[in-house]
Amino acid sequence: MKEILELMELNAKITEQEIAIMLDMEVEEVRKIIKEMEDSKIILRYITLVNWEKVGEEKVSAFIEVRTTPQRDVGFDSVAERIYRFPEVRSARLMSGTYDLAVFIEGRTMREVSNFVATKLATIEGVVSTTTHFVLKTYKQDGVIIEDDEEDRRLVISP
Amino acid sequence: MINKKDWSEMINPTVRDIPPSGIRRFFDMVTEIKGVISLGVGEPDFVTPWHIREGCIYSLEKGYTMYTSNQGLLELREAIARDLDVTYGVTYDARRELLITVGVSEALDLAMRALICPGDEVLIPEPSYVSYAPCTMMAGGVPVHIATTVEDSFRLTADRVEAAITPRTKILLLCYPNNPTGAVMTRRDLLAIAEVARKHNLIVISDEIYDKLTYAGEHTCMSSLPGMQDRTILLNGFSKAYAMTGWRVGYAAGNADFIAAMTKIHQYTMLCAPITAQMAALEALRNGREGMKRMVQQYNRRRHLVMQSFRDMGLPCFEPGGAFYAFPEISATGLSSDEFAERLLMEEKVALVPGSAFGPSGEGFVRCSYAASEDDLTEAFRRMDRFVKRYGVKVKTVVNL
Ligand SMILES: Cc1ncc(COP(=O)(O)O)c(C=O)c1O
Repeated sequence: MKEILELMELNAKITEQEIAIMLDMEVEEVRKIIKEMEDSKIILRYITLVNWEKVGEEKVSAFIEVRTTPQRDVGFDSVAERIYRFPEVRSARLMSGTYDLAVFIEGRTMREVSNFVATKLATIEGVVSTTTHFVLKTYKQDGVIIEDDEEDRRLVISP
Repeated sequence: MINKKDWSEMINPTVRDIPPSGIRRFFDMVTEIKGVISLGVGEPDFVTPWHIREGCIYSLEKGYTMYTSNQGLLELREAIARDLDVTYGVTYDARRELLITVGVSEALDLAMRALICPGDEVLIPEPSYVSYAPCTMMAGGVPVHIATTVEDSFRLTADRVEAAITPRTKILLLCYPNNPTGAVMTRRDLLAIAEVARKHNLIVISDEIYDKLTYAGEHTCMSSLPGMQDRTILLNGFSKAYAMTGWRVGYAAGNADFIAAMTKIHQYTMLCAPITAQMAALEALRNGREGMKRMVQQYNRRRHLVMQSFRDMGLPCFEPGGAFYAFPEISATGLSSDEFAERLLMEEKVALVPGSAFGPSGEGFVRCSYAASEDDLTEAFRRMDRFVKRYGVKVKTVVNL
């Protein structure tokens, strides 16, 4: 099962056939396991990593440190939920260290993002303070180097 | 008109008479053509893992730019000794029984030159890696080929070795997992060979450069067999397992007398292996295990892909247990292996190495390296499938038992 996930994590488009061959399994078995993992939400979704810059699409993203006051019984969960429900929020994580939540926001313009932080995020009950860091350049995301220039430089034939 | 002097007369006849490598000729042909997918490459498609490259950069920053001792960095020799001990339970004295070389290539040359007297015979299982026979000849020896066959899964059998032995036989050269066939030898297979070696007082040079790339069962190190450590020169390196071909670093392990003799040649001809490569090799041994295992796992997945593709297109291929080569039989196309490789290149732009480049017993086969990305493999096999269909290969119905 883990090996199937490893293959799919690298390439969501890999077919059940290919997985079966590479892992020396029956196609039926692979199909069954994948279905089970989808049903039990081990596999959450198949997504595509896009280099939007190449499409000419202007996007602004920011990483926001959020300090909060945890609440009785639910701790950070309820304030986190109020934050991550916004579609502008790409990711939200509870952190150890000097702040509590690490929130990634994506918007079309800097103004849009700042606006969101000022009017939506900072005003949520339980949010004590926010620090916004705008992203200048992404070098690597989800294990993928964005501009990888390491091509195949081997001799075409060697002993 | 002044006749141009034929300088070749002045070349040492031994060198002059070594035929040009079959691989070389094919290489020249391939480089002429654009858009070729090459499955003819005998090296990993991975770039050296970053921590190794970074370790080397750090060593340069620290100023490690000098010669090392002739035998190589002691730290590296100690790390190798530990690795051999942990992996195979063979113990080598890092000070006297290990020599760091410029790849297995140099280690092979040193071993040959240190041991061979003019006319000594070296047994070489065939199909064989292209350097073995020339290295033997340049050291003054006589290569004696032992054909291995697909019926034996390209394994060497004791009776074939026995049959090739003469009073001049001195060395048995082994390479398992094998380039070009991908064949492996089980412990039991090797025990039988070891017995012959002991009986006839042969020295075994065991090129185990693909040891880590073993998929079926576990690799058995020749030196680990009873009574074999002293009569075996074990050659290994970093090129394949750690994707470090261009670094040029490897080693030889053997009894102190052999290693001293090899070091003597090495000190006057090479001085030492490059220190940057030795530092990188040290980093590979210290922290490279996990990364190496991941690469091996990927080769193994592709190996399955390759086997299935050959089955699907109807070319018989025995299951390679190691290295990153498959060695399918192509005679069903009615072509020789040279013709097959040449036409496949011209018609479908896929490069493979004709089996004949590895000796006459490679005729009828081609070497297909799966050290290539899955996308390239898939596309190459699509083209190859089209090609063999044109040459009348029919897919037999496979009966699954
Ligand atoms: C069987 C065998 N031995 C030795 C070598 C050369 O190894 P190195 O890079 O350590 O010189 C190769 C490389 O293709 C090989 O296949």
